[in-house]
Amino acid sequence: MIDYSKYLNKAIRDIPLSPIEKISMMAREVDDCIILGVGEPDFKTPWRIREAGIQSLEKGRTWYSPGLGLLPLKKAICEYQKRRFKLEYTPDEVMVTVGGSEGIDMLFRVMLEEGDEVILPTPCYVSYDPIAKMCGAKVVEVELKQENNFRLSARDLKKAITDKTKILVLPFPGNPTGAIMEEEDLLAIADVIKDTDIFVMTDEIYAELTYGEYHHVSFASIPGMKERTVVINGFSKSYAMTGWRLGYALGPRPIIDAMATLHQVAVICAPITSQYAAVVAMNECDGEIDAMRHQYDMRRRFLINELNAIGLPCYNAQGAFYVFADIRGTGMTSEQFCEKLLLEGHVAVIPGNAFGKAGEGFVRISYSYSLDHLMEATKRISAFLKTLK
Amino acid sequence: MEELLKLIETNPTLTSAQLAVMLECSQEQVEKMISECTAKGIIKGYRAVIDWEKTGTSMVKAMIELKVTPKKGRGFDEIAMAIAAMDEVEGVTLMSGGYDLLVEIRAKSFQEIAMFVFKRLSPMDDVNETATHFVLRPYKQAGIIFHEDEEDTRGLNAL
Repeated sequence: MIDYSKYLNKAIRDIPLSPIEKISMMAREVDDCIILGVGEPDFKTPWRIREAGIQSLEKGRTWYSPGLGLLPLKKAICEYQKRRFKLEYTPDEVMVTVGGSEGIDMLFRVMLEEGDEVILPTPCYVSYDPIAKMCGAKVVEVELKQENNFRLSARDLKKAITDKTKILVLPFPGNPTGAIMEEEDLLAIADVIKDTDIFVMTDEIYAELTYGEYHHVSFASIPGMKERTVVINGFSKSYAMTGWRLGYALGPRPIIDAMATLHQVAVICAPITSQYAAVVAMNECDGEIDAMRHQYDMRRRFLINELNAIGLPCYNAQGAFYVFADIRGTGMTSEQFCEKLLLEGHVAVIPGNAFGKAGEGFVRISYSYSLDHLMEATKRISAFLKTLK
Repeated sequence: MEELLKLIETNPTLTSAQLAVMLECSQEQVEKMISECTAKGIIKGYRAVIDWEKTGTSMVKAMIELKVTPKKGRGFDEIAMAIAAMDEVEGVTLMSGGYDLLVEIRAKSFQEIAMFVFKRLSPMDDVNETATHFVLRPYKQAGIIFHEDEEDTRGLNAL
């Protein structure tokens, strides 16, 4: 019997099993379970985007693309970013990636070395921490607090900075919290950053999904920050294109070039069918984004209102498609709550500690589901909460 | 208003309080809009969509194409309303194209529908021609997919 673990490097062995895995396995065993767990849109990719992909296949355009992506797509991305978020980039500052996640991976790998520190506001998306650790870097978590609407404050950031800090991750609008950072919040962060050597990776994959009066402001649009920022974005969330695996990174040319070098040897290029489809997404589908956002927003208001009414407090999350409900009043840990809710209430939600220690005491509930589904789920959660009293 | 109607068209069990939150207005405003729309006949009623096949209840549906003679001055209204008044009839629609009225009817058996066409529709003075199409199996009704529910294949590992 071969001990395969001896072949695995220490960094991967040290990455613990996510609590999400456990809930996911349990949910498969529960009949009639209603799931509010997923982190992807329930909408289908808008038809004309799918059609563009199909047409490219019909024409037999099935080769590798240029490593950094098709030029028409890179141009379309620049125009889109200018139109929607006032960012000025040229096509040679764009790298088309395999989902937003590849951009994160590439940036960390070309920048981080043993001993470097990465500042991570948590709870946050689960991939930053293990990738940074795989690069030998140390992750310094900054706890985001509900009383601050899960925004990163300049004061907390300052406390986390050392002379080893190399990258600050800004994951807003945030998964799992749904938190946003308004322009004044970003200005305060920029004020801290400007006197340091810290580089910023702003993950703006949920940029199109903000609600109410608020429209996403990119950190790269803050004066003086573009030069030291890489923007990660993609098609998965705003265009409901998760399975197409397509994203992009925008940044200073020397950084993008270094990422490209690694990207070309690691993955060669992003899927070309997805790239042809994405050109149509960028150029023609602002209306589709708005329509999906409108639906999410109605569900968001419905869900936040229902959960608060049935005794599961949650703050007014203004971004992404998650609410982050506070379960501390139940006296249970996040995992205990999720397991009990699953087994007794037949509803699956995600424990907040899956997104970092700071998520303990909360659960992530996704509203990328039909209204019918959400209505049934909130009924069940309400009945479950009554049994706890 | 349009937004409210779209919401209750697909989710008629939403309460006015829930609708108010979703539409960012007061519960009173929602209730006022609903009663106005009902009074004006914009909201015609609320019905559940039922897959009778699954209940085992014997139920047959048919779509009947009718060619009729319109009346001077009243067009198709008179004959259409006369048919609509029959209890067995579920729907009457004036159509463009190869025929005039589409009549939807539900009964317990094929025989009953045949008798209805034979005894009640065909003998009407203004009815010139009928063509009866029996519904074999509905796949989608009122926007709801029948039979194989579209399965949510998204995994919990989608983070």
